[in-house]
Amino acid sequence: MSLLSVENLVARHGLLTAVHDFSCTIEPGEVVAIVGANGAGKTTLFRAIAGVHTAAGGTIRLAGADITALPPHRRVAAGIAMVPEGRRLFSEMTVDENLRIACENGRRGSWTLATVLEALPQLQPLLRVPAGGLSGGQRQAVAIGRALMSNPALLLLDEVSLGLSPIAVAGLYESLAALKAGGTTTMVVVEQDLDRVLGFADRVICMLEGRAVLEGRASELSRSQIASAYFGLATGQVH
Amino acid sequence: MLDAALQGILLGGYYAVLAAGLSLMFGVIRFINLAHGDLAILGAYLVLFCAERFGLSPWLALVLVLPVMGLFGWVLQGALFARTMRGGFLLPLLTTFGLGAVLQNGMFGLFGSDARSLGNAIGSLSWESWQLPFGISLGKLPVITFGIAVFVLVALQLVLSHTRLGRAIRATSADAEAAELVGVDARTVHRAAAAIAVALAGLAGALLAMRALVNPYAGPAQLIFAFEAVVIGGIGSLWGTLVGGIILGVAQSFGSLLSPQWFQLAGHVVFLGVLGARLYFSHAGRRGGLRFLLTGAR
Repeated sequence: MSLLSVENLVARHGLLTAVHDFSCTIEPGEVVAIVGANGAGKTTLFRAIAGVHTAAGGTIRLAGADITALPPHRRVAAGIAMVPEGRRLFSEMTVDENLRIACENGRRGSWTLATVLEALPQLQPLLRVPAGGLSGGQRQAVAIGRALMSNPALLLLDEVSLGLSPIAVAGLYESLAALKAGGTTTMVVVEQDLDRVLGFADRVICMLEGRAVLEGRASELSRSQIASAYFGLATGQVH
Repeated sequence: MLDAALQGILLGGYYAVLAAGLSLMFGVIRFINLAHGDLAILGAYLVLFCAERFGLSPWLALVLVLPVMGLFGWVLQGALFARTMRGGFLLPLLTTFGLGAVLQNGMFGLFGSDARSLGNAIGSLSWESWQLPFGISLGKLPVITFGIAVFVLVALQLVLSHTRLGRAIRATSADAEAAELVGVDARTVHRAAAAIAVALAGLAGALLAMRALVNPYAGPAQLIFAFEAVVIGGIGSLWGTLVGGIILGVAQSFGSLLSPQWFQLAGHVVFLGVLGARLYFSHAGRRGGLRFLLTGAR
């Protein structure tokens, strides 16, 4: 059974339809990247899956169970965690508190403070520091750690490397690669850097104007195929 | 002078309890509850009712009434406040203004228009005092009130800093959506915050009824004092609320040295002075400040 299945999802901002009849399935353990230009609907899709944007139509299933009507905190309990665009840390709370609050309100599982610090050792010296005082890369690491603390079956990472220095991005992808190698966390990432996407993801979905226009295995897609789908020059499926 | 300052500081304790709930509601839920003063008076009347009808000690009655007030706050937030917040920023103001009118007239209908006090029920505590050097006497009740204020604020601070609920409250107040994304049920957190706020209002009302007379229409004046304490101390800051309450109390206490009318007036003047100063300093650099407002010159 698919871990996540999105069927004919529609999401709107007022009169603007940001996600248009979107369908996809994500298998357990898979790492899927969603690429697309600004305004293609990637963030709205993520927000609809996480429950903070109310879907105007369609169905979202997690491990077969219909979660379309659940509020966001119940979806966390069901096993979805999202690292939102802009990290959205609780800036006046310490790193420790940011992690702990996710632990207290999320699912129980193998991720604990100890295992998260093992996966993201750069957080160890920062535990007592208010999250507002961190650099961009540190903030993203805290945001990922916070999401892991709720023991998600599905981890959504929005704009992973946006606003980070190249060194911070490299460090971050090292952590994510280790997470992927663990094989237990299913990840969907929104990423602008195509080289990163093709190196990291198993499968790529390219969105254009709220629709999936290209989908295929990362190993079988070329940069030019993705680029033409990205700009709406060609559509198709590669398997 | 020293006497007036001390009395003012002790009075500030009462204002801090009154204002803490208002500040909590605004800080966590971004909700301005114009019925806060009326809820305080409701708390006072409930304690009065228990004391007079069942002959309970006011302190015991208070222990019984506070959970009832908290439950009332929980229900109000769930059934009324949360719904009005979906209707824009004006609707909560109108709704709580109306709720205040309902509470006032409801209390008038149930308890009558007589001014009442818990003064009799607390016995000698209402007039006993401690004598200090330099001829200063501190009333036991104001000292106890101040002690309760400090205790309440310390307890609230500990809850916010060190408990699961406190962390959830702080996270929700910083970013409600991000809190939902880590699994916090923001609706429940809002209800809990409203329950604490309304219970604090009830506590303040009971303390008021111990020291003074209350009537069903006394709420709006208390709301104004609470607002002034919150604004002077800085919105959303717990200890700022105590500082604001003390500044307000001291101003009123010094004002009453001039003449009885100046008791309230001095408080309002200090409040307006703080607002004006804040306006001046926050805009001075950018827009030419007060001089710009007064002269219209660039």
